[in-house]
Amino acid sequence: MTTAQMIFGRLTWDAFPWHEPIVVATFGAVVLGGAAVVAALTYFKLWGYLWKEWFTSVDHKKIGIMYMVLGLIMFLRGFADAIMMRLQQAIAFNGSEGYLNAHHYDQVFTAHGVIMIFFVAMPFITGLMNYIVPLQIGARDVSFPFLNNFSFWMTTGGAVLVMASLFLGEFAQTGWLAYPPLSGIDYSPATGVDYYIWALQVAGVGTTLSGINLIATIVKMRAPGMSLMKMPVFTWTSLCANILIVASFPILTATLVLLSLDRYAGTNFFTNDFGGNPMMYVNLIWIWGHPEVYILILPLFGVFSEVTSTFSNKRLFGYTSMVYATCCIMVLSYLVWLHHFFTMGSGASVNSFFGITTMIISIPTGAKLFNWLFTMYRGRVRFELPMMWTIAFMLTFTVGGMTGVLLAVPPADFVLHNSLFLIAHFHNVIIGGVLFGLFAAINYWWPKAFGYKLNQFWGHVSFWCWNIGFWLAFAPLYIMGLMGVTRRMRVFDDPSLQIYFVIAAIGAVTIAAGIGAMLVQFAVSIWKRNELKDVTGDPWNGRTLEWATSSPPPEYNFAFTPVVHDGDSWADMKKNGYQRPLTGYQPIHMPSSTGAGVILAALATLCGFSLIWYIWWLAGLSFLGLIAVAIGHTFNYKRDFYIPADVVTRTEEARTRALAAGV
Amino acid sequence: MSDAVHSHGHGHHDDHHEEGAHGTMGSYMIGFGLSVILTAIPFWLVMSGVLDNPRLTGFVIMAFAAVQVVVHMIYFLHMNTRVEGGWSFMAMMLTLVLVVITLSGSMWVMYHLNANMMPHAQSDMGDMNMDMGSTQEMRTMSNMSEMP
Amino acid sequence: MSSMTAPAEPRAYHLPEEPHLHEGHSTMLGFWMYLMSDCLIFAILFATYAVLGGNFAGGPGPKDLFDLPLVAVNTAMLLFSSITYGFAMLAMEKNRVSATQGWLLVTLLFGGAFLAIELYEFAHLIHEGAGPQRSAFLSAFFTLVGTHGLHVTFGSIWLVTLMVQVARKGLIPANKRRLMCLSMFWHFLDVIWIGVFTFVYLMGVLR
Repeated sequence: MTTAQMIFGRLTWDAFPWHEPIVVATFGAVVLGGAAVVAALTYFKLWGYLWKEWFTSVDHKKIGIMYMVLGLIMFLRGFADAIMMRLQQAIAFNGSEGYLNAHHYDQVFTAHGVIMIFFVAMPFITGLMNYIVPLQIGARDVSFPFLNNFSFWMTTGGAVLVMASLFLGEFAQTGWLAYPPLSGIDYSPATGVDYYIWALQVAGVGTTLSGINLIATIVKMRAPGMSLMKMPVFTWTSLCANILIVASFPILTATLVLLSLDRYAGTNFFTNDFGGNPMMYVNLIWIWGHPEVYILILPLFGVFSEVTSTFSNKRLFGYTSMVYATCCIMVLSYLVWLHHFFTMGSGASVNSFFGITTMIISIPTGAKLFNWLFTMYRGRVRFELPMMWTIAFMLTFTVGGMTGVLLAVPPADFVLHNSLFLIAHFHNVIIGGVLFGLFAAINYWWPKAFGYKLNQFWGHVSFWCWNIGFWLAFAPLYIMGLMGVTRRMRVFDDPSLQIYFVIAAIGAVTIAAGIGAMLVQFAVSIWKRNELKDVTGDPWNGRTLEWATSSPPPEYNFAFTPVVHDGDSWADMKKNGYQRPLTGYQPIHMPSSTGAGVILAALATLCGFSLIWYIWWLAGLSFLGLIAVAIGHTFNYKRDFYIPADVVTRTEEARTRALAAGV
Repeated sequence: MSDAVHSHGHGHHDDHHEEGAHGTMGSYMIGFGLSVILTAIPFWLVMSGVLDNPRLTGFVIMAFAAVQVVVHMIYFLHMNTRVEGGWSFMAMMLTLVLVVITLSGSMWVMYHLNANMMPHAQSDMGDMNMDMGSTQEMRTMSNMSEMP
Repeated sequence: MSSMTAPAEPRAYHLPEEPHLHEGHSTMLGFWMYLMSDCLIFAILFATYAVLGGNFAGGPGPKDLFDLPLVAVNTAMLLFSSITYGFAMLAMEKNRVSATQGWLLVTLLFGGAFLAIELYEFAHLIHEGAGPQRSAFLSAFFTLVGTHGLHVTFGSIWLVTLMVQVARKGLIPANKRRLMCLSMFWHFLDVIWIGVFTFVYLMGVLR
């Protein structure tokens, strides 16, 4: 081993993809853009502000916003991968190889899946739950504020590793679940799968801890009088989603450990020889994978419940059945995982069992849909943007759900497995369910977080571009899937397919316009925030406790902890003529900011990076550093402070004045 | 049922309430004694081979393990339905259900996958009679191997 | 729905005083949740052992390798460490710092003995050519038993840290909470070990 190898492991100058012009150009753009951002932050002297007010904050609201920003940045990267794929597939006919070689294309579709699931959808829902749940239950923060900050930075660390793979080395070329033997050391000896493993392991720790945090928060920190059956539905779905997180991510962790042992230590869990069994990986990864998709959708089901009831000016229909349906989905999600590999050969008896359970799990979701419809029925429906997105969800997701029930039939799945039909199905439910739900949530709660509404015009543009674009992009895929076209194909022999891919590409461009319109919506709203301002804190005539605070809420959320007497607590308070107390403010006990989370996550990310590049000394050092800093952190017993009563008084009096002026 | 908000400002001698049930010398010794017995007997059964029937021995020691887990839960972990307002018990039950699903589900699925999909060594020919279902499927599948 | 006749006293919708959730109100529940998640990690390792544990790849199997008397001694070490931790907790309840520290030290020694015996066993197996790379059975064995051993190692480091913290600050509520969490962790590892010695060692020899 040369000295360079001892110091740098397998990291060499060849790690940078000099020979791939697309990547080189991207790198150039990133460097320029990054330099511009760094220069601007330095010029405006914002580093101190960012560190003290945001990066080290343990305030659930700030952490929630940071998660949303992370999700948005990664969404743009993941969507860029999507556009690249659509373009490649639209032109790779009649002898053309397209513009992406196999080595590159395989990384694109793998990265697209990994990023969208782990670094877009998960941060978005975590951000949402982090921001809203404590407010909805009348609490001041989550149970473990430091862990919350640490969890965010671990997720970011994972994202950093994925992004680093673009310029140093390569990413996995295995698809987003990295099945062995392809993902084993024999067939993927380079850094790709290792980036995949460590990005997910680092982020996974953050996600699991966040799950524990939110469960404890919901169980222990509800306002007095808020029994479980008086909680807002979004809090219920968040509870169930977080239970799923804690109950499923350890499975992913363990399975990836087994894969990494195969790659690093020469063990034989999933190898072709020495007694290994790759099918066991598929089995284990999907025991995680199926609950994961319910983790993604359940919080958004909660959003739809809140939005539907608020914008129908009606109590949610069938609250109890909603709760039971959510709990049923939570438990049943553990009994369906085999439907992801009906064709792997487990036989008729096993396939039938899981086919039946898969069909059963669609029933509670159907019940929820009917409850939303019955909520709207005879309500005075206001078609604000959150409600529009919700209705778009109902229509889109239902179609996607139906194709799911079709796929649940094993004989049908034998034709459709890994075809474009499958791709269309899961994008149908994820875009229709998760993404539309996120857009509804963003439009709904943006005023709460920032004190002004989002611009309506650009919101409408985004809405229609997304809806039209979605169908243009995915209807052709449904058709081609039924004709037998396989997923993850780079080049096609059959020229009659090209027209479908061209239409799909047009759809992708339309969606891009929708994304652009949404970014414009944000920009215009921020620019024109004074005109769009809301001083009431309750612009939609909301029904739950988050609307009782100012917009944005003060650091401490509530000057006085609310007492709850009924579900839809804020609606109940308004109905009974609740008046905000104007005197008697007390000092408020709050957790202190800390940099320990950033440092620990940075060390964990560094450890992951060193393991990827076989820089063993650095891996050992950063791991020891991680332990040392963690232990050192536990020697700090003084992690809280009090907001003095007069600060609370000033904040509340300012709000009183604003409310008086606004009315 | 918001159980942790105490508005009558106490925060100092708050360790001995429901949070973290405690043991006594007696309960620890009972737990220890039971554990010793429940460990010694399985080891003895296996090492001496006194039951002379591996399957039966297997079932017996699994039963002993299950009982000892419960002993540990009660006497060492102080598990009961009241800790943390019942949430600890519920979390444990859910975990137990998921562990059972994961273990039995994986074993069932993998048994079928192995029977249908893994290459059979020559010496294993005797096993092919055991699972009629999979043998049927294998015959069907070999017929289908002609298809493109 | 709230159906109210004219109330004699208006409903209170807020608490006049700061309710002050006591420090560490969620710690025990949160740590229990973490233990349940750890349980699932072990469940996966057990499932892997169950599925792959019969794949000897023409190499040695449990009957050839497992030294049951040694495992019995090891099991005893861990069980003793559990009871001595229990004694530490009893002393903690009575706020007796030295007794607590003493029993914690004894626990550490028993835990250390457990780890030493296990490391000896692993080294011996590797020396005999039965390392984790030899077959899927051995990969599963080393990973399951090794992960348990890693947990005991981390628990021991945590125990030493707590001994230092108790020496510095005494049995303040924060330290008591931490000791209770470690107690849960330590007993949980003994529960996992019941599964290990039953399903890996005893059943392995019975196969």
